Amino acid sequence: MQIQLNGSPKTITDLMTVARLLQKLGVPITSVVVELNKTIIQPDCYATTFLKDNDQMELIRFVGGG
Amino acid sequence: MLTIGGHTFNSRLFLGTGKFSSSTIMRQAIEASGTEMVTVALRRVDLNNPEDDIMSALNRDKCVFLPNTSGARNAEEAIRLAHLARAASGSSWLKLEVTPDPRTLLPDPIETLKATEELVRAGFIVLPYMNADPILALRLQDVGAAAVMPLGSPIGSNQGILTAFQIEIIIAQARVPVVVDAGIGAPSHAALAMEMGADAVLVNTAISVAGDPVAMARAFAQAVEAGRTAFEAGMGSRSKQAHASSPLEGTLAADLGFLA
Repeated sequence: MQIQLNGSPKTITDLMTVARLLQKLGVPITSVVVELNKTIIQPDCYATTFLKDNDQMELIRFVGGG
Repeated sequence: MLTIGGHTFNSRLFLGTGKFSSSTIMRQAIEASGTEMVTVALRRVDLNNPEDDIMSALNRDKCVFLPNTSGARNAEEAIRLAHLARAASGSSWLKLEVTPDPRTLLPDPIETLKATEELVRAGFIVLPYMNADPILALRLQDVGAAAVMPLGSPIGSNQGILTAFQIEIIIAQARVPVVVDAGIGAPSHAALAMEMGADAVLVNTAISVAGDPVAMARAFAQAVEAGRTAFEAGMGSRSKQAHASSPLEGTLAADLGFLA
């Protein structure tokens, strides 16, 4: 199945959780915020949140700015 | 002492963290500036560089983190970013920026007011970036802004305080701290803002792109302190006419009569 990850298409396997995807991407959990279909997912729900076809996922973090 | 959102600040210099050449230089500049408030922005994770994390380079014990909503073009986008910022930072501090025009980066007053109202209601400590409009400053205070941040000149332009006349009115009317933000390109600009009675200044580009950002951070710290001390000392009034500094009485003989 396919999701939109940070605005680009990404093919993922079935039964993929947010936690598992972050791990596969090499993104440390503590440094990011996850937004799924414009709803913020709390970190303690990453392991129980399964991704669905056509989900829009945003991975956001702080960068330098003024 | 400066208090914003219930937090007391010893330093009146706030620092942006954009455009530093390395996180080491940024850390050293923050240290040299003595700042207790740093701004950060939110962006999508670069999936080619997944471990890159500015938070690991910053000391949250020493500084309040002020996430901004840069990139937001309207109230709706700013509010979405604000909630992401709160989830990422675990705190409610927010520098609200709504800039629909990427060429000028000037803030949209109507969307900024709308977003301030809604975010205050949602429990955020909102510091809105605004054009130097005294009426808007009052309206933002009315809806609960914790401070107002009028611009000196456009973001990153280094043009200094082109809005002095309006900023003076904003300061005279303010019931919340006034933080002059944007366009401050030299320590003298920061000193001027402080002499005028601004409560603090926010500086980024002038420090981060300086030849020696650490030395420049120190120079800004000195300028902000000098300007604030001058304001507290009470500045003399301006006059179009000269007023002799030396006494006019008791000049010497007739041949020195021209001294009289």
